[in-house]
Amino acid sequence: MTKTEFWQGNTACAEGALAAGCTFFGGYPITPSTEVAEHMAVKLPKKKGVFVQMEDEIASMAAIIGASWTGARVMTATSGPGFSLMMENIGFAAMTETPCVIVNIQRGGPSTGQPTMAAQGDMLQCRFGSHGDYSVIALCPASVQEMYELTARAFNLADQYRVPVFLMADEIIGHMRERITIPEKIDHLSRRELAAGKLPFQADTDLIPGFATFGKGHGVHVTGLTHDERGYPCTTNPGVHAALVQRLVNKIENARNAIADYDVINPDARQVVIAYGAPVRTVQQVLHDRKGTDIGFLRLRTVWPFPEDALKKFNNARMFFIPELNMGQIAREIERHVKVPVISLPKLGGDLHTPAELIKDLEAHK
Amino acid sequence: MRHEVRFSGFGGQGIILSAVILGRAAVIYDTKFAVQTQVYGPEARGGASMSAVIIDDEPILYPKVTNPDIFVIMSQEGFEKYGANAPESAVMVLDSSLVQSRPKCTCYEIPATQEAKQTLGRDIVANIVMLGALVATTHIVTEMALEKAILDSVPKGTEALNTKAMKKGIELAAAGSKKA
Repeated sequence: MTKTEFWQGNTACAEGALAAGCTFFGGYPITPSTEVAEHMAVKLPKKKGVFVQMEDEIASMAAIIGASWTGARVMTATSGPGFSLMMENIGFAAMTETPCVIVNIQRGGPSTGQPTMAAQGDMLQCRFGSHGDYSVIALCPASVQEMYELTARAFNLADQYRVPVFLMADEIIGHMRERITIPEKIDHLSRRELAAGKLPFQADTDLIPGFATFGKGHGVHVTGLTHDERGYPCTTNPGVHAALVQRLVNKIENARNAIADYDVINPDARQVVIAYGAPVRTVQQVLHDRKGTDIGFLRLRTVWPFPEDALKKFNNARMFFIPELNMGQIAREIERHVKVPVISLPKLGGDLHTPAELIKDLEAHK
Repeated sequence: MRHEVRFSGFGGQGIILSAVILGRAAVIYDTKFAVQTQVYGPEARGGASMSAVIIDDEPILYPKVTNPDIFVIMSQEGFEKYGANAPESAVMVLDSSLVQSRPKCTCYEIPATQEAKQTLGRDIVANIVMLGALVATTHIVTEMALEKAILDSVPKGTEALNTKAMKKGIELAAAGSKKA
């Protein structure tokens, strides 16, 4: 039996994590993500899981990385300033191929900015924020329902690809309450254990090595230094470094289409709006009110790796419009992939684009 | 039909809880759709606090209130900040023991805080009195749904007091002090 609830987005995120089998949360509370930690603090101990309030966000990342190596499904939740602090260990998680889920309920930045107001200003930071080349996965929910479902999926993706997976929500989706139908069950894709006879960082054909869970008898050394297939530092051999970094990127970028999650609406339209997160709701309202098929809509749930093939579904597109709660971070990515004009519709300050504002922008370019 | 309800008062009156209860009543017990949002600033700790609920028979797309048609106002500052511009077509339920101003729209004057204190002995349930009056005057959710949502949301041991407060609100609305 499915169940209906009236939940806040942050509650749905925590419940989605619990349903996915998350047993470890390490975090430091910060507005507007705090309710995720609060909910996990209440619920995890009752499920024999562990909640640790760490001294700061970089330590939170360190804690979940360590817990992940014991085989646990792990998560942390934060917002802008905490996210910045996490960056060093996010790189460590990428380099050591540690499955983990990082929730960012985005607020206005830079710095401490606007603690209680929505933004999408960390979309490039989550992709490029730590030093060096690597790839990650980022999902963007636009409803309380998706806070639950995408959080649950984030754990599967993290285990499947051995990579940090980001749930890039925003204050609007995190704090609003709305109707949610709890699914009877959610898919569970397990982490692949290291096969006997394989080295701990020896990749399979999908470029992903089996996981040498601590305490299961595997001899494994885990380091952020460039390492060989045994996991031992090997920092001056250009070939080893190049192959490792290339693999870290390719294992995600080659799986772009498998990871992609998006909807294509009115593919024949000449004007096409692309949105993710809270602005999706504005676009949905405009499409509903206009009733016609003259406005196309690419609605993204996966932002990284960017599902560029989705853009090809709009054969007649003369112009793409990108409403974002930032100064055009994903518009810049879309510009790389299309030959027609890309109109960035930035909105700063914490308010969502109103349907009237979006219609005005579309009309202005008719 | 989309209705946008805006609640305002001062921090501590239970303005946000009122909105959560109304949304819960609509979603869980009237099987409608609702979205509840709120202002999260420091005003929630003393100044004018504000919370909003959108209720619709259809899924709610745009989640923010743009044209509220129902107002529940529980403080003078809340009236000035969030109620004074109510259009003439709107309906306002206001706590006449705390709000001196009156709007241009249809208005129900409910002495909620005074009644909560004097008749029920606890001014903390004034917001529940207001919810009773809101539902009696607008029928935005059913009384049964409201009562169940209140009972889900209040601390154990206070159920009887809160039910009484809701009934008081319904009674005050019926006694009528409507000003068109």
